[in-house]
Amino acid sequence: METIWITLAVAGLLTYLIRLSFIALLGKWTPPEWVSRALRFVPPAVLTAIIFPEVLIRDGQLAPANPRLLAGVVAALVAWRTKNVVLTIVVGMAALITIQILLGS
Amino acid sequence: MSKRREFLSGIRDELPILLGVTPFGMIYGVLALGAGLTPLVAQAMSAIVFAGSSQFLAVKLIGTGAPPVVVVITAFIVNLRHALYSASVAPHIKRLSPLWKGLLAYLLTDEAYAVAITRYNVPYPLSPNPSGDGMEDRGQHWYFLGAGLALWTCWQASTAVGIFLGTQVPASWSLDFTLALTFIALVVPALKDRPAAAAALSAGVVAILAYGLPYKLGLIAAALVGIVVGMWSETKWKRSG
Repeated sequence: METIWITLAVAGLLTYLIRLSFIALLGKWTPPEWVSRALRFVPPAVLTAIIFPEVLIRDGQLAPANPRLLAGVVAALVAWRTKNVVLTIVVGMAALITIQILLGS
Repeated sequence: MSKRREFLSGIRDELPILLGVTPFGMIYGVLALGAGLTPLVAQAMSAIVFAGSSQFLAVKLIGTGAPPVVVVITAFIVNLRHALYSASVAPHIKRLSPLWKGLLAYLLTDEAYAVAITRYNVPYPLSPNPSGDGMEDRGQHWYFLGAGLALWTCWQASTAVGIFLGTQVPASWSLDFTLALTFIALVVPALKDRPAAAAALSAGVVAILAYGLPYKLGLIAAALVGIVVGMWSETKWKRSG
């Protein structure tokens, strides 16, 4: 239980220091161009690195034929067409539940 | 504009964004309890870390037994983008007191930044100052504070609602899938060009290949590979026209 609090404190402190960084530097120094270029790719890289295992791996094994992959594809189509976050989540969950019911699992 | 009016406009302009933030906070709360966090720890993370995507990832990693150092490094990488926001607002608030700077830094989230920066970038119609560098703060920090506090309050409240729901929802509902769905909803619109798509695809493939790595290091490896591939392909495609 202690460990989780230390983890929280360190993660929180680092996040705060990142946010404070350039503000504390009084705007005297701006990040080099390559840093902004690199940071642009953080969201697509990190988000997909979470999504792929979530929909492709079940019980530690690669399982391309599983309900979550199909529901994930449906959700991706909704996100692509509508850009609506709530709708994407609702349709994705509905797809997963429907597939699970159809498969009787 | 008076301080009070700046503050209230900041809150008002943040409201539409809160509609989108509320479900995230609730889902975070549900997932945090699902990962085995106590309600107190789950709520404390929203106050201490106060950064949505990194909280989702931390909860995911903690739930799968990743060591604390991996949780911290992952949160660090995901939150690095805030340095850009920091650099962007820094010139506007450089004359404020250390207390103000410290407070606004704490409130510098994606959603507060997006709203606050628009206020700084609007030319001030009532008192044009042609001799200035356009960076003077004429009370817009109150607007920033209003937007930031509105988001903060919404995030804490929606987390609390999620924690409450998390204690009510049975595990058989597969609500953990909302993590993947949330990220799908966020990533698809971000795939605006080929370099971004290349970054996403390579990171996804590496995440699968490196899934068996100890200490859940696969996520960090995948993120770094994705960033490098994105930068590399951007350079390459730019050259080839």
